[in-house]
Amino acid sequence: MMDGTSFDDAQTGEQKIRNFNLNFGPQHPAAHGVLRLVLELDGEIVERCDPHIGLLHRGTEKLMESRTYLQNLPYFDRLDYVGTMNQEHAWCLAIEKLTGVEIPRRASLIRVLYCEIGRILNHLLNVTTQALDVGALTPPVWGFEEREKLMVFYERACGARLHAAYFRPGGVHQDLPPELIDDIEDWAKGFPKFLEDLGGLLTENRIFKQRNVEIGVITEEDVLEWGMSGVMARSVGMAWDLRRAQPYECYDEFDFQIPVGKNGDCYDRYLMRMEEMRQSAHIMIQACQKLREPDGQGDILARGKLTPPKRAEMKTSMEALIHHFKLYTEGFHVPEGETYVCVEAPKGEFGVYLVSDGSNKPYRSKIRAPGYLHLQAMDHIAKGYQLADVAAIIGTMDVVFGEIDR
Amino acid sequence: MSEELQELGALIAAKRPDCVLGWDVCLGELSVDVAPSNIAGLVEFLKSDTACKFSTLVDITAVDYPDRPKRFEIVYHFLSMFQNHRVRLKMAIREDEIVPSITDVHPSANWFEREIFDMFGILFSGHPDLRRILTDYGFRGYPLRKDFPTTGYVELRYDEAQKRVVYEPVKLVQEYRQFDFMSPWEGAEYILPGDEKGEGAT
Repeated sequence: MMDGTSFDDAQTGEQKIRNFNLNFGPQHPAAHGVLRLVLELDGEIVERCDPHIGLLHRGTEKLMESRTYLQNLPYFDRLDYVGTMNQEHAWCLAIEKLTGVEIPRRASLIRVLYCEIGRILNHLLNVTTQALDVGALTPPVWGFEEREKLMVFYERACGARLHAAYFRPGGVHQDLPPELIDDIEDWAKGFPKFLEDLGGLLTENRIFKQRNVEIGVITEEDVLEWGMSGVMARSVGMAWDLRRAQPYECYDEFDFQIPVGKNGDCYDRYLMRMEEMRQSAHIMIQACQKLREPDGQGDILARGKLTPPKRAEMKTSMEALIHHFKLYTEGFHVPEGETYVCVEAPKGEFGVYLVSDGSNKPYRSKIRAPGYLHLQAMDHIAKGYQLADVAAIIGTMDVVFGEIDR
Repeated sequence: MSEELQELGALIAAKRPDCVLGWDVCLGELSVDVAPSNIAGLVEFLKSDTACKFSTLVDITAVDYPDRPKRFEIVYHFLSMFQNHRVRLKMAIREDEIVPSITDVHPSANWFEREIFDMFGILFSGHPDLRRILTDYGFRGYPLRKDFPTTGYVELRYDEAQKRVVYEPVKLVQEYRQFDFMSPWEGAEYILPGDEKGEGAT
């Protein structure tokens, strides 16, 4: 009816505006992998955001049901392929809990040391590539140089730069040579200087702040409702860190601080990651010192049914040889039971729910990835922000598709 | 720690006798067997009760036990950041049963329930958007059920002639290797070649 009661009457067909649907990814560099976001845009404002995940789904949980516990370990490297050892840690802890194995102190210290290296590896990648997403080109170039050095530490410990398979149920695969511990300590001592340089590029950078301050704001309520953990949860001021709250391994004897945010925006999360890296370097130095002390010496594997016998023993003992053969073919049996074990991975709470039926293969293992919940909240967080902010928000959520799609 | 969990388990059982079928503390973890009928009410109670305060949903998953009359077990994990404790709820359901969704209480349950639907084919009533989540668009079957083969049913490749990706039934160039490590002393039933002749003769 053209009676002038509503304004729409005056609009011609061409003037009528409908929302625009946009596919963000799966080949977008700022999608940090194979994320496909179906965005509904009103002009430049995001009205709805529907993440389509699963493009990297490899059926890890299904595969794990037909492999032995030890064969399953390397799958954990391939989940979050940025901070790999932290995931292996969760798997080892789950097996150790069900079998009731205590690992030697030296192995425990090495695990802490390498978990913190993993945390720095992850945060370096995240902070610098998020900066790249919002327009800064230099940080990734700088950050990857440090990452390279850390990967050399990985390589010197276990021979692999990324997919380490270094943590084993019952300890760690090989001992660290003293020179490596010295080199790691030297690096950790010099690292705060590098962080200062990196921070000099970003922290007070006008463009960086314009793109991050008050973008992607979350509240405490959001954190609880959407089950966020890690840096996301701490960015609203909740001092929740599993290393402190529910200590595992020997984190309770380390001195470190937990940075918390105030505003819950992207900029806070950036600042917190920078501070966490400083704290991680601090923990690494302590771990190196503890590794040199007399009580930090000794074996790195709890010798038993879970772990291989010493090489030298196998030359003389038939039982050791049989044990070695059976361990790497049949694998060890885990007593019947179920457990949920979680660690503070760089991205948040990474958990494994393991159901064992007493055989050499897990009956069911569920991997609880922190990124899964963070990405789920994307629709909630991104609503009302501009299209360009989506990249900044994804960046500080720290999503990696290996762990989300599993 | 475990004494507190004992108390907590007793408290939940006492306050919600209609939902709780049993509970125990094992390996320092509290797990509660619950009935499916009023799961949303129980979760709401766990979230709001001051002694529990399970404000964070950590995980929902399912386990398939094909031999049981109630085939699936849905497992919920909750965390209280305020009280610093965790709880696990386990709920046995039949294959044809529909589970009430808890998305109204915990919005984060949304994707977990979608994943269970995707992987096990369990339906959730009251879920806002029950689509497949991890598998391919147009995927058929429920991969994490024990009767689904690890190799799957279809494979896809790029077809040069049709200039597109085509789906084909899966072809294995070598048989899928699944070794049986049961030792004869553990009661494995071995049929050695030639044994069947002996049985036919007698």
